[in-house]
Amino acid sequence: MNKSILILKREYLTRVKKKSFIITTLLIPIFMAALTVLPTYLAMMDDKEERTIAVYDPTSLILDKLESNQFTKFHYIPKQEYQELSQNFKSDKYYALLYVPENILTTNRAEMISNKQVTFDVKNMVTSRIENIIETEKRKQVVNESGIPDLEKKLAATKTSITVDTIKLGEKGEAKKSSTEIAMAIGYLAGFLIYMFVFIYGTMVMRGVMEEKSNRIVEVIISSVKPFQLLFGKIVGIGLVGLTQIAIWMILGFGITSGVTAFMGHGSSEAVAQAQNIMSSQAAGQIAQAAPAQSNVTMEIIQMIGNLNLPLIIFSLFFYFVGGFILYASLQGAIGSAVDSDEDAQQMMLPVMMPLIFSIIILFAVAKNPEGPLAFWASIIPFTSPVIMMVRIPFGVPAWQLILSMVLLIGTIFGCIWMAGKIYRTGILMYGKKVNFKEIVKWLFYKN
Amino acid sequence: MELFQANNIVKEYAENTALSSVSISVKEASIFGLLGPNGAGKTTLIRIINQITAPDSGELYFEGRPMKSDDIYRIGYLPEERGLYKKMKVGEQALYLAQLKGMSKRDALKNLKTWFEKFEIQAWWGKKVQELSKGMAQKVQFITTVIHEPKLLIFDEPFSGFDPINTNLIKNEILDLKKKGTTIIFSTHDMPSVEEICDHIALINQSRKILDGQIDEVREKFKTNTFEIEFRGETPDIQNDLGTYLKILELDEHSVRKQMKVQVLNGHSNNEFLKILMNRFEIVSFREIIPSMNDVFIHVVEENNREIKL
Repeated sequence: MNKSILILKREYLTRVKKKSFIITTLLIPIFMAALTVLPTYLAMMDDKEERTIAVYDPTSLILDKLESNQFTKFHYIPKQEYQELSQNFKSDKYYALLYVPENILTTNRAEMISNKQVTFDVKNMVTSRIENIIETEKRKQVVNESGIPDLEKKLAATKTSITVDTIKLGEKGEAKKSSTEIAMAIGYLAGFLIYMFVFIYGTMVMRGVMEEKSNRIVEVIISSVKPFQLLFGKIVGIGLVGLTQIAIWMILGFGITSGVTAFMGHGSSEAVAQAQNIMSSQAAGQIAQAAPAQSNVTMEIIQMIGNLNLPLIIFSLFFYFVGGFILYASLQGAIGSAVDSDEDAQQMMLPVMMPLIFSIIILFAVAKNPEGPLAFWASIIPFTSPVIMMVRIPFGVPAWQLILSMVLLIGTIFGCIWMAGKIYRTGILMYGKKVNFKEIVKWLFYKN
Repeated sequence: MELFQANNIVKEYAENTALSSVSISVKEASIFGLLGPNGAGKTTLIRIINQITAPDSGELYFEGRPMKSDDIYRIGYLPEERGLYKKMKVGEQALYLAQLKGMSKRDALKNLKTWFEKFEIQAWWGKKVQELSKGMAQKVQFITTVIHEPKLLIFDEPFSGFDPINTNLIKNEILDLKKKGTTIIFSTHDMPSVEEICDHIALINQSRKILDGQIDEVREKFKTNTFEIEFRGETPDIQNDLGTYLKILELDEHSVRKQMKVQVLNGHSNNEFLKILMNRFEIVSFREIIPSMNDVFIHVVEENNREIKL
């Protein structure tokens, strides 16, 4: 075992000290953060160009109701100027020309003329404002025609937005506020993380085995240690490299998230302030109401995450992480020992990795229906359970299913390690022979 | 005293037999040549000695007692198919391999320093193996094989990849190790080097041992009573004259000193034969030709293959 630790140390240190490891470990979280922050940041920086839009409104419906904001101003023009401009829109004065036709109440259409394509933001802003005005106008007409007193107020009161609070009863009957969305997000994330980890680091084990075989160093090493010790040290060493990477990502992720939240929080209050400037006072009022509501939501999310069985989730994440990795890494190590070339490796890898790929394909279906038969079986069968059970756990899984899944996984791991050891022992010393699965099965029954 | 013994080793694979009842015994502080054509079973035997594979039946003895798993730390093995981690630094790697052989880091460092100085390769310590030439890497590999001062060393084609100068260097190191009491099993197809350094040989063909013995005894055993004679004088019709005693294989009469290679027919001693010659010519030199290991190898293996076919 002492020798396995030596091997483990080498496998771990050579990989952790690699430049590529350090770079990917540090850059990926930064890259991910940049990917989420940058668009928001850019959107917030959006155009500060000052524009004046000429408005011709023969209906007088929107006259003086289009409020200008910091950057976009509306200028009402008479018919004559409109005619000139619409013939030949060459103006440094105006960005665009807005025409509100007389029949707008029936057609619901307006027109904007410009030289350049009108930007999305400007178009949106103009559209939503005209919409608001026309809507108000129409409502006013209906209210007036109906003659029912206080109809407008009554109508406003019918506006509803419903929130269904999902409450999960704990074992002791205590009610906990839960969220399907959060359970789904956490399950999805955990399942995907395990998939990535098992795939990347399992392949790394295979590459390592192939490297030793093609370097021809393997015979030197197994004259000092048992082949199984070598394989074992390699799998554990590489597994620890993976855990190290995840740990660093978690720490960096936490740091960056808090940084980003602070940044975004600052940004969003700015956005609210901006919105208040832009929008009609009524709309602004709504947003202003929404803002505190939003911070309530954040609080609620935090509370709901807290209400999930976090220790269980973290324990299972670790368990299925390690279990899934050892399961697939031992198989990949066996393949690495059996083949001589990359092409052969690719060919043999596919059938072995199939269950893992399958589990990522059904991931979403399981997250949508974590109690269905697909979810149940895939979370019990050891080759898919590391990913699929992790998706189910945040929704709550009966204890017997969890235990069954874990026991089956452990049992299968032992079986796979035993098999891998047998294949590995024969494979690493087998050169220049094109192997297939039939041949490999034969190796299982070789005496050492 | 025997350092290592293998008795009746049998190893069968699904399709073929690698070793059928092979026994060897290796004396302490000697060099034992393990010979045989490709695929004869040498590598399997070597792997069994190294405990890489286990025999189906047969016993292994190390220092007179049954071999234990710990004994691998007292064996150094340089396989024919060998290599190093290309991306690992030379020193780090040598240290790692020495530690795998059970050395403490301190002892390993100390020994490595001595060897690196001896081979004048201290400058390579921090280099990656992929930066070294094949010969350089082989030197490092040799060091990593002997670093833990094993009792038994197994070299499988140790000279492959070396230029003549380095071959000589390694050869001298091997002889030096023997002098210091290390027992060496040496497997090669290079027969001149076998003659040069081996004390004892065993020849394996098609999974069986077909020849075993002290190297000079083996060569003596296969001598064909052939002599090389240099002489002065006339040789009219020598074949008729001496036909009852000898068969002339080669005759060169064009120089002052004439030469011939003859095979003496059965029933005549060297001295008797020499007397007959002395009556006819002036003998300049007279030398019995002992077959080279190369000749013995080819002769014995071909003979054996013929027998197996029958």
